[in-house]
Amino acid sequence: MDELEDMTFEQAFEALELTVQRLEAGDLPLAEALAAFERGTRLAALCDRYLSEAELRVRELAADDSGDLASIPLDSWQMEAGDDR
Amino acid sequence: MLTIAQLVRHIKSLLDQDSALRNVWAEGEVSNFKRANSGHCYFTLKDPEASISCVMWRNEASALTRLPIDGEQVLAHGYVSVYAPQGRVQFYVDHLEPAGLGRLYQALEELKARLSAQGLFSQERKRPLPRWPARIGVVTSPKAAALQDILRTLAARYPLASVLLAPAAVQGLDAPAQIVAAVQLLNRWSQEVEPVDLIILARGGGSIEELWAFNDERVVRALAMSAIPIVSGVGHETDFTLADLVADLRAPTPTGAATLAVPDRQELVVQVAAQRRRATTAALARLVASRQDLGRLEGSLRRESPRSQVAGHRQQVDELSQFATRAMAQRLRMDRTRLDGLGARLQSLNPAAVLARGYAIVRKLDDDEIVTSVGQVAPGDRLRVSLRDGEINSQVF
Repeated sequence: MDELEDMTFEQAFEALELTVQRLEAGDLPLAEALAAFERGTRLAALCDRYLSEAELRVRELAADDSGDLASIPLDSWQMEAGDDR
Repeated sequence: MLTIAQLVRHIKSLLDQDSALRNVWAEGEVSNFKRANSGHCYFTLKDPEASISCVMWRNEASALTRLPIDGEQVLAHGYVSVYAPQGRVQFYVDHLEPAGLGRLYQALEELKARLSAQGLFSQERKRPLPRWPARIGVVTSPKAAALQDILRTLAARYPLASVLLAPAAVQGLDAPAQIVAAVQLLNRWSQEVEPVDLIILARGGGSIEELWAFNDERVVRALAMSAIPIVSGVGHETDFTLADLVADLRAPTPTGAATLAVPDRQELVVQVAAQRRRATTAALARLVASRQDLGRLEGSLRRESPRSQVAGHRQQVDELSQFATRAMAQRLRMDRTRLDGLGARLQSLNPAAVLARGYAIVRKLDDDEIVTSVGQVAPGDRLRVSLRDGEINSQVF
């Protein structure tokens, strides 16, 4: 079950779609069907958590004089909103 | 007898004394415009009868929204003096503005035709955008309202994404080079650090002059070379730049570009809920089917087996069935608490709610078997039809 923790939203949603297709095929033994349902429910909950808890992350990229790449988080972008409008 | 230095100095002092030459407005056609690495600009202004060398120092030139193009008609302001080392009369220009956009549009059409002939704008070059971009590069000015519009839109629609801002001036002489560098920076990042799924190139509305960087050949070529798909959102609805033509997808505004780049969170919530509903429906159906199987099995066991065996099997049936019911019930309960918003949808799984919508459950009167197919009944069979508020006994004829 811990495999779920590492999933991106996209992976979780695709796994959910697959699980639902297996369930809908209707040919799983009962125990497997219930396990699939359990897994599908966990995947759906994971997807919902992503969708409700995600916060946009913004970073600014830069290359220094020697060409090394770096990024700086821009946590304050929301505070700046509206200044130019 | 004079030295050359004295001679030129004398000429220069004559010119410098003439107040009319200290404050000159003149209109002419630009030719041989050069911007040196120092930032100073050198060019010639001419009309059909005469020409004059011109200099525009870096400080004044930096106020230009774009470099004039050869053949363009301009209005220049400045003063006239002598450049002694070459004994040359020069026009020191401190302000330059276009005296008509005709030549500019003509140059734009020429460049467009040339790049189009090279296939840069063809539909076959357009790449599909990823369904759910995880990392989105944004090329625009960090100070512009366009950036706020984009970030606000992305935060509202698809906060799962992470934004990589590659800042660039979006107007002025340095804009083309900075836009090219920003696009290249994102491509390097994508190759060396982590994949970038698409790039939004944006700028708010402006005159053709202000949008000129987006018609620059270097910019167009850098966009064509980008390994990452590009969504452009430059200017307003009616502004069409060459950057828009070469982009994989053109949006009318910065906000539009952010909207087209990502799916909407609300739609995804609905899609997840639909999958969840399908899983529940399928699992319930599977459970009902098992109960029917077990019921039949129990019947045959009762007929053929010693009582104790039947009891054993019956216990198994009960345990399995109870486990399943508990699992389902618990799951449904948890869903309901966790997802207030989706409660209504889950509610539609409740048989009572289904009945309230006008559906009925049909059972055989003798054995309570649920009738899901016409094959299960024969004329004469008696049926019990459950509705929202009661039951009807009926007969097949």
